[in-house]
Amino acid sequence: MLQTKLKEKMITVLFWLSALIIVGILIAVIGYIFVKGLAHVNLDFILEAPKRAGKEGGISTTIIGTLYLTAVSLFIAVPLGVATAIYLEEYARQKSRFAFIVNLTAETLAGIPSIIYGLFGFVFFVIFMNMGWSIISGGLTLAIMILPTITRTSQEAILSVPGEYRENSLALGASKWQTISKIIIPAAVPGILTGVILSIGRAIGETAAIILTAGSSLGMPLSLADPARTMSVHLYILAMEGLSMERAFGTAVLIVVLVIIINYLANLSLRRLSHSR
Amino acid sequence: MIENYVEDSKMMGRIFDGKESKKGAKNIRFNAEYMIEKLLMLCAGISILAIVLIALFILVRGVPLIAKTGLNDFLFNLKWDPTRGSFGIGTMFIGSLVVTLASMLWSVPLGLLTAVFMAEIAPPSVGNFMARMVELLAGIPSVVYGFFGLVVIVPLIREYLGGNGMSVLAGALILGIMILPTLINISRDAIIAVPREYKEGSLALGATHYQTIRRVIMPAARSGIITAIVLGMGRAIGETMAVVMVTGNSTIIPDGPLTPVRTMTSNIVLEMGYAAGDHQAALFATGTVLFIFIVVLNLIVNISAKAGSQNAAN
Amino acid sequence: MTNRIKIKSKDINLFYRDFQALYNINMDVEENRVTALIGPSGCGKSTFLRILNRLNELIEGTRIDGQVFMDDYAIYDKEINVVDLRKKVGMVFQKPSVFPMSIYENVAYGPKIHGIKDRRRLDEIVEKSLKAANLWQEVSDRLNSSAARLSGGQQQRLVIARVLAVEPQVILMDEPASALDPISTSKLEDLIAELKNNYTIVIVTHNMQQAARVSDYTGFFLNGKLVEFNRTDELFVNPRDKRTEDYITGRFG
Repeated sequence: MLQTKLKEKMITVLFWLSALIIVGILIAVIGYIFVKGLAHVNLDFILEAPKRAGKEGGISTTIIGTLYLTAVSLFIAVPLGVATAIYLEEYARQKSRFAFIVNLTAETLAGIPSIIYGLFGFVFFVIFMNMGWSIISGGLTLAIMILPTITRTSQEAILSVPGEYRENSLALGASKWQTISKIIIPAAVPGILTGVILSIGRAIGETAAIILTAGSSLGMPLSLADPARTMSVHLYILAMEGLSMERAFGTAVLIVVLVIIINYLANLSLRRLSHSR
Repeated sequence: MIENYVEDSKMMGRIFDGKESKKGAKNIRFNAEYMIEKLLMLCAGISILAIVLIALFILVRGVPLIAKTGLNDFLFNLKWDPTRGSFGIGTMFIGSLVVTLASMLWSVPLGLLTAVFMAEIAPPSVGNFMARMVELLAGIPSVVYGFFGLVVIVPLIREYLGGNGMSVLAGALILGIMILPTLINISRDAIIAVPREYKEGSLALGATHYQTIRRVIMPAARSGIITAIVLGMGRAIGETMAVVMVTGNSTIIPDGPLTPVRTMTSNIVLEMGYAAGDHQAALFATGTVLFIFIVVLNLIVNISAKAGSQNAAN
Repeated sequence: MTNRIKIKSKDINLFYRDFQALYNINMDVEENRVTALIGPSGCGKSTFLRILNRLNELIEGTRIDGQVFMDDYAIYDKEINVVDLRKKVGMVFQKPSVFPMSIYENVAYGPKIHGIKDRRRLDEIVEKSLKAANLWQEVSDRLNSSAARLSGGQQQRLVIARVLAVEPQVILMDEPASALDPISTSKLEDLIAELKNNYTIVIVTHNMQQAARVSDYTGFFLNGKLVEFNRTDELFVNPRDKRTEDYITGRFG
């Protein structure tokens, strides 16, 4: 009896320990980067353009590149993903083959590694469509990558809109599309927003696919046809080529800060969602 | 006020005075609705189109080279010397497997323990806190993990274990961290989904909490846990940036945890920048192998999960 | 005194896949009267109600035989536009379901859908509808606050105002009081009595006392069949069918 009790106690300790290790890893990664990198982050670092391949200067052009690429990918993927979700949840018959395949495709797309997207984007957008290494090539590639996230979260958001809204609206003589556009989509916006926020996180962190499709030019991207370098790509190149460890740390700090902010916002919008119900 | 209504209703007359039901108006509305539905369907079809295009364009570039060298030779030939026309990805094929398996060796037990902890043992506040930590862990981009590995783990290995630090071990440590969220989230959901009655039934029979976890909950959540492990494996094999930054990327067969190694994904990202001709085709062929492997893995998991949920529903 | 026949159901049969939910329903609903449909759960009374605005069509696998005439128009005719039908036949559901918007927007939703854009006209309709639903006094000072904050009884009256704003001629009510407290229920019953001067009302209810209080005609449904249909005072005092008698005297299993 005593032995069983001792054993149970040890198992309890083991469980708490494993959770502690997870938290420890997180603190180690974020903490180390902050401690070593925070000193290198200042306004000049954010606002100045990189000089001498990134050995000197700031990282302004890569911040712009990141924002530009993220915006383009969202601009394409959000309407598509929301439309797909509406079709699947409101129009497609529950057991239709088409809906089954679309759902399966979305899940498969979500599992494909980014390097494969990179290869595809390179051969399809950059070469076949003759778009070159550019914001548009990278944005389109990124759009396909975040499409499953947006579709899935929008589907869940639409599913959680009470069925009575539909009945009531239709009984008032509204058409199906009026019901969807005036009642269902507005009610689903918070859920859709969560998907968008998560996608922004993915877009900011993406590296492998971007190198192969948007290039790694340090110039300021102006048009959609310009190549660009994102912060993540910049971090990779600085670190791998040993150009400037201080700037690599500084870039890493900014990326981690963005990730934490996005994580916080996603949680906030999720919690709003569960509170409003 | 009611009086106003009387007048209004009288003025409206009978239902279907014919004005609104005129054929033309009806058809326009009907057509707009019909067109919207078709437009939405078209949007839904785009993800199918995307995956078809991805498969097509990668296979078209990759398969001819595999056909030329022969699948066996391509996969298992250990000589990768693309500028001299020798395209064997044997070392990288093995490299991917070795790093992946080594990473799972430690992350699977840790992930499962944490999942059980979050679902069964932790007080709700701690469970929620852990969920947010795991989310954050999942949100950190792979390039940041790679960077952390490069500046912390590699030097530590070099200092205390020997070698130059860039190694299978470094890759396994970093990759393990990266697949923890996948492992934890999916298996935790599976554990939470186990019906309460199972647990209560076991406890009522006098089993302790841990006996219940081991003999009732874990077996009931088994398929979800297997899904977690398989998808975690898929992530590990496909991961690129973190691995390329810490494993040293030599095209040799690793003979120990401290030797450097190159994975299939690293191979693509390292050489794509300057490859041309057959060399580039060989990289697409590497991508083809990766693509097929991961799609098959995902399809098995997804279809079996769907079949499972359909059985449960019936 | 009998009024003009507003709705005439002729040999309505409804199938859900292999299951037949309604058998040869024939019923005449008089204009400006309250017609109550009673019967045990699953007897088909709500299903029949949804026949009248073709809401059953939303469920996959439903097949309907027979015809319903409204003012001599066959509503299951191919030429009939369902949207127009539902404009003329409003419906109030069991659970008050206000849309997640302001009180004003809830009432204005229908008119806006049907193309009214003029703000002044909308203001008029909202005020008139809320007054007709006996809700104006309680909410006139906070039309722009969220409708979700209203009490259950107020929400149900808001839903009725929302229906009135579309200017229907028939109002279908599917157990409108089942989620309400006694005070709200009696307010609702008063409202029904007022509304019947201008509208034809068909109400499904579980509550026999309620049917007796508010309705002029009552139909008793059992296992998908209309067992008895008569003036309410007749049906409750002198039921012709043994099964009706068993049900209204509470001897039903």
